[in-house]
Amino acid sequence: MTRSDIDGAALEYAAGGGLLSRRMLLASAAAGTAAGLLQPRAARAEAEIPEWTKAAGARARGYGTPAAAESAVQRAIIEPWQDVAPAFSLSGTPHQRLRGTITPNGLHYEVHHGGRPDIDPARHRLMIHGLVERPLQFGLEALERYPMVTATHFLECAGNSLFNAVMPEPMQAGCDMLHGLVSNTEWSGIPMRVLMEEAGVQPEGKWVVAAGADGPSLARSIPMEKIMQDGMLALYQNGERIRPEQGYPMRLLLPGFEGNMNIKWLTSLWVTEAPVHTKDESGEYTEILADGSSVQFTFAMGVKSFITHPSATMTMSGPGFYEISGLAWSGAGKVAKVEVSADGGQSWAEAALAEPVLPQALTRFSLPWHWDGSPLVLMSRATDETGAVQPARADWKARYHASNFLHYNAIQPWQVTAEGAVQNVYL
Amino acid sequence: MSIFKLTAAALLLTAAAARAEGPGLGQPLEAADIPFYATYVKPDGAGLPGGSGTAAQGAEIYAAKCASCHGKTGSEGPVMPPVGPNDVWAKPAGSYWPYATTLFDYIRRAMPLEAPKSLSDDEAYALAAYILERNGVIDAQTAMTAETLPAVKMPNHGNFLDVWAKQGAKPW
Ligand code: HEC
Repeated sequence: MTRSDIDGAALEYAAGGGLLSRRMLLASAAAGTAAGLLQPRAARAEAEIPEWTKAAGARARGYGTPAAAESAVQRAIIEPWQDVAPAFSLSGTPHQRLRGTITPNGLHYEVHHGGRPDIDPARHRLMIHGLVERPLQFGLEALERYPMVTATHFLECAGNSLFNAVMPEPMQAGCDMLHGLVSNTEWSGIPMRVLMEEAGVQPEGKWVVAAGADGPSLARSIPMEKIMQDGMLALYQNGERIRPEQGYPMRLLLPGFEGNMNIKWLTSLWVTEAPVHTKDESGEYTEILADGSSVQFTFAMGVKSFITHPSATMTMSGPGFYEISGLAWSGAGKVAKVEVSADGGQSWAEAALAEPVLPQALTRFSLPWHWDGSPLVLMSRATDETGAVQPARADWKARYHASNFLHYNAIQPWQVTAEGAVQNVYL
Repeated sequence: MSIFKLTAAALLLTAAAARAEGPGLGQPLEAADIPFYATYVKPDGAGLPGGSGTAAQGAEIYAAKCASCHGKTGSEGPVMPPVGPNDVWAKPAGSYWPYATTLFDYIRRAMPLEAPKSLSDDEAYALAAYILERNGVIDAQTAMTAETLPAVKMPNHGNFLDVWAKQGAKPW
C-alpha cells in the first residue's frame, strides 16, 4: 500500500502521534487494494518476462539455505577482547530484519565464554550424580528413546541490552546490537524430572550443579525446584538437532531464567544440598546495587519489549501508513499487554498481541500508525501476567550501581526525525 | 512361575514405571568415571585436592600464563582484571567474590582460556594465592592449601542478598 492511499479524514486514532485504532488494520488494508493496486485492464505482449520465468530452476537439495539476496541478514558479532581472547564472543539476533516470533536456527544469539566446542556426539555423555540413589550416565542414543515434549521459549542473556544500560550516550546501532541477545525457539527434549526420578534424588538434594563439556566447563547451581518444575534436556531446536552454537548435542533449558544458566553442551548434573558459588554466580552474573551491596541468584528475566519496526538504523519511506511491530516477553509468565506511544510517553494505545501468547516466549505485538512526517518518539511498554511493568531507563538506573549492565529491561524509545531517520534515544 | 509370582512381577514393573516415566536406560556411573569438573569445590573446602602454592610461586606462573589477558599485575586487563580496585571491572574476582574456594576451582577448570585444565593443583593454589595477595586479602607468606583456602575471609562476603531465597523466581 502506498502512503497516499489513506484518506486522513477517515482515520480512527487511538493515541497521540498518529497511533491508529487496532481496528484500522483491516479497514485500511482494504482501502489500499481499492485505491492503489489497480489491476491492469489487459495483459500486454511487451511486458517484461524475467529470465527465471523462462528456464528450468535448480534441482532439489539436501539442506536449504536462505535466498542469496538475503545474505546480509546476519547476526551482529560482539567480541569485547578480540585481540587477546577471541573465543569469548557473542552474536545478536537481527530482530530488525525478522518477523514472527521464532528465531531461525542460524540466527539464534550466541554467548560463548570459551568458544564453541566441537563435540563428537558418539563420545558425549550426560552424568547424573551426587545426592541420588543411582548415579547414572546416558549416551545420546539412549536419550533419543525417551518420550519427548515440545515447548516454545525465549532465551535471553542477562547482559542483553548492555549498551543501553551503561553507555552515557545512546549508541546508534540496530536491534541486533542493542537487543539481539534474546531469541525464541521451539525446543524438544526430555523433561528433566523424568531423568532425575530415574536417578532418584535424595531428600537433601535441593540444588543441581549443571556443567557443560566446553573448555571452561561452565557451571551453574540451579534450584531443584526449577529443574523438576519445567526444566528440559533439549535435544532439538525448531525441529532439528540443536546447533553447535546452542549446545550440540544437548543443553539444559530453564524457561524464563537468564541464558547463562541454560547450560550448553550439558554433560553433568551434580545434585547437592546447597549452591556451590560457581564463578558466574560469584561475580559475573551478580548485580551491584546503588548502595554498593549486591544481589545474587537473580534468575528470572524481567518483563521487556522493544519495537522492531521501525527501529534504530532504519529510515522511514516518507509520511503515511505504517504498522508498528515489536517483541515482548517476560521470564515470569505470559505477556498481558503491550502499550505503544508515539508522542514520547504522553499518551499510550494498546497494541494487538499475535496469538498464541505463550508463557516465557516472545510475543509479537503490532499497531497501525499514520506518521504525519513530524519528529516524534516511539516506544513500547510491556506488562506481564503478574502485573510487572517495564520501567523507564532512569528508574532502572536508580536501582543499580553505575557499572551494572545485567537484567536491563527498561523501555526503549526510538526517535523518528523529520527526515525519517530512526535513532536510539534515552528518555 | 506361578500366576501369583507373575502378577507380583507385573505389579512391580508398573510401580517402577509410575516412579520414572522414561524407559530407564541410564547406565550405572562409577565414582572413578566422574571427572573433577563435573563437581565443584564447595565454600567449606569440600572437594579441594592436596597440594599447595604461595603468592611468590603464583606470580611467576601468572606472568607466563595469565598476564596477556588480565594485565601485567592483574589490575590492568583488558579482560576482567582479578585484582582491584581497577578502572575496568567493578567485580574483581580476588576481592568481590564471596568465597576464595571459587578461585581455585575456576582457575583449575577454565584457565588459561586457550588451555583449560592444563594447570596442576599446585599451580592453581599458587595462582589463587597470588590473586588474593595482590588484593590484600592474604599475606605473602601463607601458602594456599585445602586447609588455608577455605579459611580465607573474603572482604565482600556478607554483602550479597540471595534473591532466590528471598523471593524465588520473581524477577528482582
Ligand atoms: C587468552 C586470554 C586469557 C588468558 C591467557 C587467561 N584468561 Fe582468565 N579469563 C579470560 C576470559 C575471556 C575470562 C572471562 C570468562 C567468562 O566470562 O566466563 C577470564 C576469566 C578469568 C577469571 C574470572 C574473572 C571474573 O571476574 O569473573 C579469573 C579469576 C581468571 N580468568 C584467571 C586467570 C588465570 C589465573 C589465568 C592464568 C592461568 C588466566 N585467567 C589466563 C581470558 C584469559
